[in-house]
Amino acid sequence: MSKFKKGEKKTVTAITTASLPDIIFMLLFFFMVTTVMREVELKVDYNPATANQTKKLEDKALVSYIYIGEPLNKKIFGTVPRIQLNDSFAEPEEIRDFVASRREGLKEVDRPKMTISLKIDREVEMGVVTDVKQELRKASALKINYSTHEGDPIDAIGRY
Amino acid sequence: MARRELQEINAGSMADIAFLLLIFFLVSTTMDTDSGIVRKLPPMPEETQDEQVDVKERNIFVVLVNRHDQLLVEGELMHIKDLRVTAKEFIVNPHNDIDLPTKEFIEVDYFGEVEVTKKHVISLQNDRGTSYAMYIAVQNELAAAYNELRNDLSMRRFGVKFADLKGDENKDKRKAIEEIYPMKISEAEPKNVGG
Repeated sequence: MSKFKKGEKKTVTAITTASLPDIIFMLLFFFMVTTVMREVELKVDYNPATANQTKKLEDKALVSYIYIGEPLNKKIFGTVPRIQLNDSFAEPEEIRDFVASRREGLKEVDRPKMTISLKIDREVEMGVVTDVKQELRKASALKINYSTHEGDPIDAIGRY
Repeated sequence: MARRELQEINAGSMADIAFLLLIFFLVSTTMDTDSGIVRKLPPMPEETQDEQVDVKERNIFVVLVNRHDQLLVEGELMHIKDLRVTAKEFIVNPHNDIDLPTKEFIEVDYFGEVEVTKKHVISLQNDRGTSYAMYIAVQNELAAAYNELRNDLSMRRFGVKFADLKGDENKDKRKAIEEIYPMKISEAEPKNVGG
Protein backbone atom coordinates (compact mmCIF):
# COMPACT_ATOMS: atom_id res chain seq x y z
CA MET A 1 0.00 0.00 0.00
CA SER A 2 2.64 2.35 0.95
CA LYS A 3 4.53 1.70 -2.18
CA PHE A 4 4.27 5.22 -3.39
CA LYS A 5 4.66 6.91 -0.05
CA LYS A 6 7.88 5.33 0.78
CA GLY A 7 11.00 7.25 1.39
CA GLU A 8 11.63 10.94 1.30
CA LYS A 9 9.02 13.59 1.95
CA LYS A 10 8.07 15.55 -1.13
CA THR A 11 8.84 19.20 -0.76
CA VAL A 12 7.04 21.72 -2.90
CA THR A 13 9.65 24.14 -4.10
CA ALA A 14 8.35 27.66 -4.02
CA ILE A 15 8.72 29.59 -7.25
CA THR A 16 11.19 32.31 -6.72
CA THR A 17 9.58 35.72 -6.80
CA ALA A 18 12.82 37.63 -6.75
CA SER A 19 12.38 38.79 -10.36
CA LEU A 20 8.81 39.91 -9.83
CA PRO A 21 9.74 43.51 -9.05
CA ASP A 22 11.80 43.63 -12.23
CA ILE A 23 8.91 42.45 -14.33
CA ILE A 24 6.55 44.91 -12.70
CA PHE A 25 9.05 47.71 -13.17
CA MET A 26 9.31 46.86 -16.84
CA LEU A 27 5.55 47.12 -17.25
CA LEU A 28 5.55 50.28 -15.19
CA PHE A 29 8.10 51.97 -17.39
CA PHE A 30 6.22 50.92 -20.49
CA PHE A 31 3.04 52.56 -19.27
CA MET A 32 4.87 55.60 -17.95
CA VAL A 33 6.37 56.23 -21.36
CA THR A 34 3.26 55.59 -23.40
CA THR A 35 0.80 57.33 -21.14
CA VAL A 36 -0.83 60.57 -22.13
CA MET A 37 -2.78 62.25 -19.43
CA ARG A 38 -6.28 63.25 -20.34
CA GLU A 39 -6.11 66.93 -21.20
CA VAL A 40 -9.33 68.04 -19.61
CA GLU A 41 -12.33 66.71 -17.85
CA LEU A 42 -15.11 66.49 -20.40
CA LYS A 43 -18.15 68.55 -19.63
CA VAL A 44 -19.90 68.01 -22.95
CA ASP A 45 -21.25 65.00 -24.77
CA TYR A 46 -18.73 64.04 -27.41
CA ASN A 47 -19.38 61.33 -29.96
CA PRO A 48 -17.01 61.89 -32.85
CA ALA A 49 -18.19 61.96 -36.43
CA THR A 50 -16.90 59.32 -38.82
CA ALA A 51 -14.47 59.78 -41.71
CA ASN A 52 -11.90 57.70 -43.53
CA GLN A 53 -9.66 60.25 -45.24
CA THR A 54 -7.93 61.11 -42.00
CA LYS A 55 -4.45 62.00 -40.95
CA LYS A 56 -2.82 61.45 -37.59
CA LEU A 57 -1.81 64.45 -35.56
CA GLU A 58 1.93 64.24 -35.11
CA ASP A 59 3.02 66.39 -32.23
CA LYS A 60 0.68 66.40 -29.27
CA ALA A 61 2.45 69.32 -27.64
CA LEU A 62 1.40 71.61 -30.49
CA VAL A 63 -2.26 70.69 -30.35
CA SER A 64 -4.95 72.52 -28.43
CA TYR A 65 -8.44 71.15 -28.09
CA ILE A 66 -11.85 72.73 -28.38
CA TYR A 67 -14.84 70.60 -27.48
CA ILE A 68 -18.36 71.30 -28.66
CA GLY A 69 -21.43 69.33 -27.68
CA GLU A 70 -24.48 69.19 -25.48
CA PRO A 71 -23.64 69.62 -21.79
CA LEU A 72 -23.39 66.37 -19.86
CA ASN A 73 -25.38 67.80 -17.00
CA LYS A 74 -28.52 68.66 -18.91
CA LYS A 75 -30.58 69.46 -15.80
CA ILE A 76 -28.42 72.43 -14.97
CA PHE A 77 -27.02 73.54 -18.30
CA GLY A 78 -29.77 72.59 -20.74
CA THR A 79 -29.39 70.93 -24.13
CA VAL A 80 -28.06 73.76 -26.25
CA PRO A 81 -24.60 72.76 -27.58
CA ARG A 82 -21.83 74.51 -25.68
CA ILE A 83 -18.17 75.17 -26.28
CA GLN A 84 -15.67 73.84 -23.77
CA LEU A 85 -12.24 75.41 -23.44
CA ASN A 86 -9.88 73.93 -20.87
CA ASP A 87 -12.14 72.96 -17.99
CA SER A 88 -15.08 75.27 -18.42
CA PHE A 89 -17.83 76.32 -20.76
CA ALA A 90 -17.04 79.34 -22.88
CA GLU A 91 -18.57 81.72 -25.34
CA PRO A 92 -17.20 81.96 -28.90
CA GLU A 93 -15.63 85.35 -28.08
CA GLU A 94 -13.38 83.75 -25.49
CA ILE A 95 -11.65 81.61 -28.10
CA ARG A 96 -9.35 84.43 -29.09
CA ASP A 97 -7.95 84.70 -25.57
CA PHE A 98 -7.70 80.95 -25.34
CA VAL A 99 -5.70 80.74 -28.57
CA ALA A 100 -3.49 83.63 -27.49
CA SER A 101 -2.68 82.01 -24.16
CA ARG A 102 -1.98 78.64 -25.76
CA ARG A 103 0.25 80.29 -28.31
CA GLU A 104 2.09 82.08 -25.52
CA GLY A 105 2.89 78.72 -23.97
CA LEU A 106 4.71 77.48 -27.05
CA LYS A 107 8.25 78.11 -28.17
CA GLU A 108 8.68 80.87 -30.70
CA VAL A 109 9.63 78.47 -33.50
CA ASP A 110 6.67 76.22 -32.84
CA ARG A 111 4.01 78.90 -32.86
CA PRO A 112 3.18 78.76 -36.59
CA LYS A 113 2.79 75.01 -36.26
CA MET A 114 0.12 75.24 -33.61
CA THR A 115 -2.92 73.15 -34.46
CA ILE A 116 -6.41 73.42 -33.06
CA SER A 117 -8.18 70.11 -32.85
CA LEU A 118 -11.95 70.52 -32.96
CA LYS A 119 -13.65 67.73 -31.09
CA ILE A 120 -17.23 68.24 -32.07
CA ASP A 121 -20.19 66.00 -31.36
CA ARG A 122 -21.69 64.63 -34.55
CA GLU A 123 -25.17 65.92 -33.75
CA VAL A 124 -24.14 69.53 -33.27
CA GLU A 125 -25.50 71.93 -35.88
CA MET A 126 -23.02 73.79 -38.05
CA GLY A 127 -24.06 77.23 -36.78
CA VAL A 128 -21.95 77.09 -33.65
CA VAL A 129 -19.11 75.40 -35.56
CA THR A 130 -19.11 78.23 -38.08
CA ASP A 131 -18.95 80.77 -35.25
CA VAL A 132 -15.97 78.96 -33.75
CA LYS A 133 -14.24 78.82 -37.13
CA GLN A 134 -14.77 82.54 -37.64
CA GLU A 135 -13.26 83.23 -34.21
CA LEU A 136 -10.30 81.02 -35.02
CA ARG A 137 -9.75 82.95 -38.21
CA LYS A 138 -9.83 86.20 -36.26
CA ALA A 139 -7.28 84.73 -33.87
CA SER A 140 -5.28 83.60 -36.93
CA ALA A 141 -5.16 80.05 -35.70
CA LEU A 142 -5.61 78.64 -39.18
CA LYS A 143 -4.40 75.07 -38.85
CA ILE A 144 -7.33 73.02 -37.70
CA ASN A 145 -8.22 69.40 -37.44
CA TYR A 146 -11.73 67.99 -37.38
CA SER A 147 -11.32 65.12 -34.99
CA THR A 148 -13.08 61.99 -36.21
CA HIS A 149 -12.95 58.30 -35.77
CA GLU A 150 -12.24 55.84 -38.51
CA GLY A 151 -15.08 54.47 -40.62
CA ASP A 152 -17.28 55.05 -43.64
CA PRO A 153 -19.12 58.36 -43.10
CA ILE A 154 -21.96 57.56 -45.50
CA ASP A 155 -22.79 54.35 -43.67
CA ALA A 156 -22.50 56.20 -40.40
CA ILE A 157 -24.96 58.92 -41.39
CA GLY A 158 -27.57 56.30 -42.14
CA ARG A 159 -27.13 54.78 -38.71
CA TYR A 160 -27.44 57.87 -36.51
CA MET B 1 34.07 53.04 18.66
CA ALA B 2 31.79 50.25 17.75
CA ARG B 3 31.32 50.09 14.08
CA ARG B 4 27.69 49.85 13.26
CA GLU B 5 26.81 47.09 10.94
CA LEU B 6 25.26 48.31 7.73
CA GLN B 7 21.83 46.85 7.63
CA GLU B 8 20.37 45.95 4.30
CA ILE B 9 17.12 47.68 3.44
CA ASN B 10 14.29 45.29 3.12
CA ALA B 11 13.25 45.28 -0.50
CA GLY B 12 10.28 43.03 -0.03
CA SER B 13 7.75 45.81 -0.47
CA MET B 14 9.34 47.08 -3.63
CA ALA B 15 7.03 44.98 -5.76
CA ASP B 16 4.02 46.41 -3.98
CA ILE B 17 5.12 49.97 -4.57
CA ALA B 18 5.80 49.23 -8.20
CA PHE B 19 2.41 47.59 -8.50
CA LEU B 20 0.74 50.66 -7.08
CA LEU B 21 2.44 52.91 -9.59
CA LEU B 22 1.73 50.49 -12.39
CA ILE B 23 -1.97 50.47 -11.60
CA PHE B 24 -2.05 54.25 -11.46
CA PHE B 25 -0.55 54.53 -14.92
CA LEU B 26 -2.71 51.75 -16.26
CA VAL B 27 -5.82 53.60 -15.19
CA SER B 28 -4.78 57.07 -16.26
CA THR B 29 -3.44 56.06 -19.65
CA THR B 30 -5.34 56.79 -22.82
CA MET B 31 -4.00 54.97 -25.79
CA ASP B 32 -6.02 56.77 -28.44
CA THR B 33 -4.17 58.85 -30.95
CA ASP B 34 -5.99 61.82 -32.28
CA SER B 35 -6.74 61.64 -35.96
CA GLY B 36 -9.01 63.63 -38.19
CA ILE B 37 -9.44 65.70 -41.31
CA VAL B 38 -6.83 68.43 -41.43
CA ARG B 39 -7.86 71.71 -43.01
CA LYS B 40 -6.41 75.15 -43.33
CA LEU B 41 -8.72 78.07 -42.73
CA PRO B 42 -8.40 81.10 -44.99
CA PRO B 43 -7.10 84.19 -43.22
CA MET B 44 -9.66 86.79 -42.24
CA PRO B 45 -10.13 89.25 -45.09
CA GLU B 46 -9.05 92.74 -44.19
CA GLU B 47 -11.68 95.44 -44.22
CA THR B 48 -9.84 97.67 -46.62
CA GLN B 49 -9.26 95.24 -49.40
CA ASP B 50 -12.33 94.54 -51.42
CA GLU B 51 -11.10 92.46 -54.26
CA GLN B 52 -13.40 90.17 -56.11
CA VAL B 53 -11.63 87.17 -57.48
CA ASP B 54 -12.95 86.54 -60.92
CA VAL B 55 -13.60 82.87 -61.49
CA LYS B 56 -15.40 81.56 -64.54
CA GLU B 57 -18.65 79.81 -63.86
CA ARG B 58 -17.48 76.57 -65.44
CA ASN B 59 -14.50 76.47 -63.09
CA ILE B 60 -16.62 76.41 -59.93
CA PHE B 61 -18.11 73.27 -58.47
CA VAL B 62 -20.80 74.42 -56.10
CA VAL B 63 -21.77 72.13 -53.24
CA LEU B 64 -24.60 73.32 -51.03
CA VAL B 65 -25.81 71.51 -47.93
CA ASN B 66 -29.10 72.64 -46.43
CA ARG B 67 -30.41 72.22 -42.91
CA HIS B 68 -32.13 68.96 -43.77
CA ASP B 69 -28.71 67.59 -44.73
CA GLN B 70 -29.66 67.51 -48.41
CA LEU B 71 -27.02 68.07 -51.01
CA LEU B 72 -27.28 70.38 -53.98
CA VAL B 73 -24.40 69.94 -56.38
CA GLU B 74 -24.14 72.24 -59.39
CA GLY B 75 -27.86 73.00 -59.05
CA GLU B 76 -28.97 69.39 -58.83
CA LEU B 77 -30.12 67.36 -55.86
CA MET B 78 -27.63 64.59 -55.25
CA HIS B 79 -27.10 61.72 -52.86
CA ILE B 80 -23.83 61.92 -51.01
CA LYS B 81 -22.62 58.58 -52.34
CA ASP B 82 -22.47 60.09 -55.85
CA LEU B 83 -20.48 63.10 -54.73
CA ARG B 84 -17.07 61.49 -54.94
CA VAL B 85 -17.44 60.36 -58.55
CA THR B 86 -18.94 63.67 -59.65
CA ALA B 87 -16.17 65.62 -57.96
CA LYS B 88 -13.51 63.46 -59.57
CA GLU B 89 -14.99 64.02 -62.99
CA PHE B 90 -15.06 67.74 -62.33
CA ILE B 91 -11.44 67.84 -61.23
CA VAL B 92 -10.13 65.82 -64.16
CA ASN B 93 -12.50 66.89 -66.92
CA PRO B 94 -11.46 63.87 -69.00
CA HIS B 95 -13.34 64.70 -72.20
CA ASN B 96 -12.74 68.43 -72.31
CA ASP B 97 -16.37 69.12 -71.59
CA ILE B 98 -17.31 72.77 -72.00
CA ASP B 99 -19.27 72.75 -68.74
CA LEU B 100 -16.32 71.40 -66.76
CA PRO B 101 -13.26 73.46 -65.85
CA THR B 102 -10.82 74.86 -68.39
CA LYS B 103 -7.59 73.01 -68.93
CA GLU B 104 -4.15 74.31 -69.55
CA PHE B 105 -0.76 72.83 -70.23
CA ILE B 106 1.84 73.12 -67.51
CA GLU B 107 5.35 71.76 -67.14
CA VAL B 108 5.70 69.35 -64.24
CA ASP B 109 8.77 67.45 -63.04
CA TYR B 110 8.64 63.69 -63.70
CA PHE B 111 5.60 64.10 -65.93
CA GLY B 112 6.62 66.59 -68.58
CA GLU B 113 3.86 68.63 -70.12
CA VAL B 114 0.48 67.85 -68.61
CA GLU B 115 -2.95 69.26 -69.22
CA VAL B 116 -4.53 70.14 -65.92
CA THR B 117 -7.61 71.96 -64.65
CA LYS B 118 -5.52 74.50 -62.85
CA LYS B 119 -8.24 77.02 -62.20
CA HIS B 120 -10.91 74.76 -60.75
CA VAL B 121 -12.42 75.55 -57.37
CA ILE B 122 -14.74 73.47 -55.25
CA SER B 123 -17.00 75.79 -53.34
CA LEU B 124 -18.62 74.36 -50.24
CA GLN B 125 -21.46 76.12 -48.50
CA ASN B 126 -23.44 74.88 -45.56
CA ASP B 127 -26.40 76.13 -43.61
CA ARG B 128 -26.25 76.89 -39.90
CA GLY B 129 -28.61 73.98 -39.38
CA THR B 130 -26.55 71.37 -41.22
CA SER B 131 -25.48 68.57 -38.92
CA TYR B 132 -21.80 68.22 -38.20
CA ALA B 133 -21.79 64.57 -39.22
CA MET B 134 -23.07 65.54 -42.68
CA TYR B 135 -20.53 68.32 -43.01
CA ILE B 136 -17.70 65.93 -42.18
CA ALA B 137 -19.09 63.38 -44.62
CA VAL B 138 -19.05 65.98 -47.40
CA GLN B 139 -15.54 67.12 -46.50
CA ASN B 140 -14.49 63.48 -46.41
CA GLU B 141 -15.92 62.68 -49.84
CA LEU B 142 -14.25 65.72 -51.41
CA ALA B 143 -10.94 64.81 -49.80
CA ALA B 144 -11.45 61.24 -50.99
CA ALA B 145 -11.93 62.43 -54.58
CA TYR B 146 -8.54 64.17 -54.50
CA ASN B 147 -6.83 61.33 -52.67
CA GLU B 148 -8.07 58.75 -55.15
CA LEU B 149 -6.92 60.79 -58.12
CA ARG B 150 -3.53 61.39 -56.54
CA ASN B 151 -3.18 57.74 -55.61
CA ASP B 152 -4.03 56.60 -59.14
CA LEU B 153 -1.52 58.97 -60.64
CA SER B 154 1.15 58.02 -58.15
CA MET B 155 0.56 54.31 -58.74
CA ARG B 156 0.81 54.76 -62.49
CA ARG B 157 3.95 56.86 -62.44
CA PHE B 158 5.89 55.76 -59.35
CA GLY B 159 4.30 52.43 -58.44
CA VAL B 160 3.50 53.50 -54.89
CA LYS B 161 0.51 55.13 -53.29
CA PHE B 162 0.56 58.88 -52.80
CA ALA B 163 0.22 58.43 -49.05
CA ASP B 164 3.39 56.30 -49.06
CA LEU B 165 5.48 58.99 -50.76
CA LYS B 166 7.05 60.08 -47.52
CA GLY B 167 10.27 61.73 -46.49
CA ASP B 168 12.51 64.32 -48.02
CA GLU B 169 13.66 62.17 -50.93
CA ASN B 170 10.08 62.00 -52.21
CA LYS B 171 9.33 65.66 -51.70
CA ASP B 172 9.63 66.49 -55.40
CA LYS B 173 7.38 63.63 -56.38
CA ARG B 174 4.75 64.73 -53.92
CA LYS B 175 4.99 68.26 -55.19
CA ALA B 176 4.62 67.15 -58.80
CA ILE B 177 1.44 65.25 -58.04
CA GLU B 178 0.05 68.08 -55.97
CA GLU B 179 0.73 70.38 -58.87
CA ILE B 180 -1.35 68.22 -61.19
CA TYR B 181 -4.18 67.79 -58.70
CA PRO B 182 -4.09 70.83 -56.43
CA MET B 183 -6.61 70.60 -53.61
CA LYS B 184 -8.84 73.61 -53.88
CA ILE B 185 -11.75 73.46 -51.51
CA SER B 186 -13.08 76.86 -50.67
CA GLU B 187 -15.62 77.52 -48.01
CA ALA B 188 -17.81 80.51 -48.58
CA GLU B 189 -18.11 83.24 -46.00
CA PRO B 190 -20.93 82.19 -43.71
CA LYS B 191 -24.43 83.07 -44.73
CA ASN B 192 -27.74 81.32 -44.51
CA VAL B 193 -28.44 78.99 -47.37
CA GLY B 194 -32.18 78.75 -47.77
CA GLY B 195 -34.27 75.68 -47.15
